[in-house]
Amino acid sequence: MAPLLSVRELRTWFAEDALTAKAVDGVSFDLARGETLGIVGESGSGKSVTTLSIMRLIPQPPGRIVSGEIVFDGQDLRALPAEAMRRIRGKRIAMIFQDPMTSLNPFMRVSQQLMEVTRLHLGLSKAEAYEHAVQMLETVGIPDARNRVDGYPHEFSGGMRQRVMIAMALSCKPELLIADEPTTALDVTIQAQILELITNLKRDTGTSVILITHDLGVVAGMTDRIMVMYAGRVFETAPTAELFARPSNPYTVGLLASVPDPTDDAHAELYQIPGLPPDVARLPPGCPFAPRCARAERICREQSPPLIQLTPQHQSLCHFAQELYDAAGTPTAATGDEGAR
Amino acid sequence: MATPSSSLAVPPADAPRADAPVTGTSLGKDAVKRLRKNRLAVFGFVVVCIVVAASLVGPWIIERATGYTYDYIPTDPSLVNAQPPFTAPDGSFSWMHPMGTDDAGRDILARVLLGGRISLMVGVISTFVSLIIGITVGATAGYVGGKVDEAIMRGVDVLYSIPYMMVVIVLLAFFGGRSAIGQLVLLFIALGAVSWLTMARIVRGQVMSLKSQEFILAARATGVPASRIILRHLVPNTLGPVIVYATLTIPSVMLLESFLSFLGLGVQAPLASWGSLAADGIQNIAVFPWQLICPGLTMAITLFSLNFLGDGLRDALDPQMRKG
Repeated sequence: MAPLLSVRELRTWFAEDALTAKAVDGVSFDLARGETLGIVGESGSGKSVTTLSIMRLIPQPPGRIVSGEIVFDGQDLRALPAEAMRRIRGKRIAMIFQDPMTSLNPFMRVSQQLMEVTRLHLGLSKAEAYEHAVQMLETVGIPDARNRVDGYPHEFSGGMRQRVMIAMALSCKPELLIADEPTTALDVTIQAQILELITNLKRDTGTSVILITHDLGVVAGMTDRIMVMYAGRVFETAPTAELFARPSNPYTVGLLASVPDPTDDAHAELYQIPGLPPDVARLPPGCPFAPRCARAERICREQSPPLIQLTPQHQSLCHFAQELYDAAGTPTAATGDEGAR
Repeated sequence: MATPSSSLAVPPADAPRADAPVTGTSLGKDAVKRLRKNRLAVFGFVVVCIVVAASLVGPWIIERATGYTYDYIPTDPSLVNAQPPFTAPDGSFSWMHPMGTDDAGRDILARVLLGGRISLMVGVISTFVSLIIGITVGATAGYVGGKVDEAIMRGVDVLYSIPYMMVVIVLLAFFGGRSAIGQLVLLFIALGAVSWLTMARIVRGQVMSLKSQEFILAARATGVPASRIILRHLVPNTLGPVIVYATLTIPSVMLLESFLSFLGLGVQAPLASWGSLAADGIQNIAVFPWQLICPGLTMAITLFSLNFLGDGLRDALDPQMRKG
């Protein structure tokens, strides 16, 4: 079956004075119906820009989708007229944002904001939309929904607001839900609740989900596949279990090593990848990760790494991908040197 | 909070943030609380209320009390030919004429109250006109941005550089003078048309900063059309500063109006405003100074009060701007 969403060689650049920030530089991925894809990366790695490009919500200027294809259910979203794109937003592709405290209009009742979507896209009458809003709030687990629906956002706590956002996003039963760090601004206990809510709703509705996060713990439990981004490029894509078991990119290895291990009694210092993420307007030649990579050799600083297909599902952007893959597969064996190309 | 019982009945799954009710308890209530602490603003508010109420019902009460309108037309038609209790402008203040009478023997208090109606009406309606133009232009420029914004705001800059008083005078001199009511309408439009520039700038600035907020992105991501985003999401959020500026625009427009009326370009007889009353009064200033002082003082007190109220509102609605 054709994928629901297929992004090919997407490039979104931002004009920054004389420089060009290549925020997204050649990103390709597919998303099947019902699949959950996690996009992981540090701040500024192009996660959000990728999804905003899909929604065509990049501020223009300075941003610009330079090239690439975004095919959603057989339609190239880039070629769509603005009005047609507007009708897709919120109806077929919905989005949840990072900060629920600022994602709701403080001057509008929650009911009005929920009704806006359904009246707009489903053409419901006022009364129908109101009922729908109450139902949606019940679906996302807001107690006493009928009484709270007429409240203003400030009467809701952060977790509740994120539930409202989810209710809003799922109001029109979208085929694709993009969740841009939906739990980053929330307490840990609420994080778990929200993730569980998304997982359950996804299971009930069969929606495809793109989950953006910089927290590997968040994606581990609920994604089918993970895409690791760095400096506007896809560094590694793999099924979730395989990515954790056989990371084949030094950056992924570094990310995994940076996750605190609560069972570590030695209280060893937490690993962190040295250096800072690069400025995408001033990328060095060769691999953008090379200056921070322990594994880097001369070739890394001179040549852009190739995308290596390790298995049909697993790709990695690294000169030594095969080598790392093999080494990770046989943990006891000595570091193989045959895989390098 | 609007629905305390319902929101407290079921404890939410996660405790609300401690500061939420504070920022929350509705902006309005919070602002009123702050406003009430500001004595000058409360004083201004009370005075404005008194002046407005007096202008609205005062002339009617005088008519009832004396049986005559302010220019001595008896309310009882059978008295048309009776001799009115004419009072010469002799400065003999009485309970009947607490502000004295003018040179036609009309009660100045009644004239001031009627003039107040016109002055306040000009202030409010012209400000409303300027609000509509200013919000439309400012919100459009701020939301669309880019070249459109550039073009609109440079246009505003050009208009700024034109001496607006001249524009108003030319407008009034050209199109005015046909009828008293026509002149009044023209005055509304002319004053509104010259006082929207700052409003447009304020709204544009607000919209530009709001535009980058996540809830606008969220609205766009749910496919809300641009016009609706501007009207339902952006404009209501700019209301704080807009209300403040509008409150401060009313006195400045009223001042402009009295200035024009004083010059004879504004309100025309038989209608009167504080400005035209002052113009009448100044002709007799050496003999009957109260004819100038009474309307002038009333206007001054009202304008002061409106300004106090506006300042108070700014402090109340925009806590960030408060000192310390």
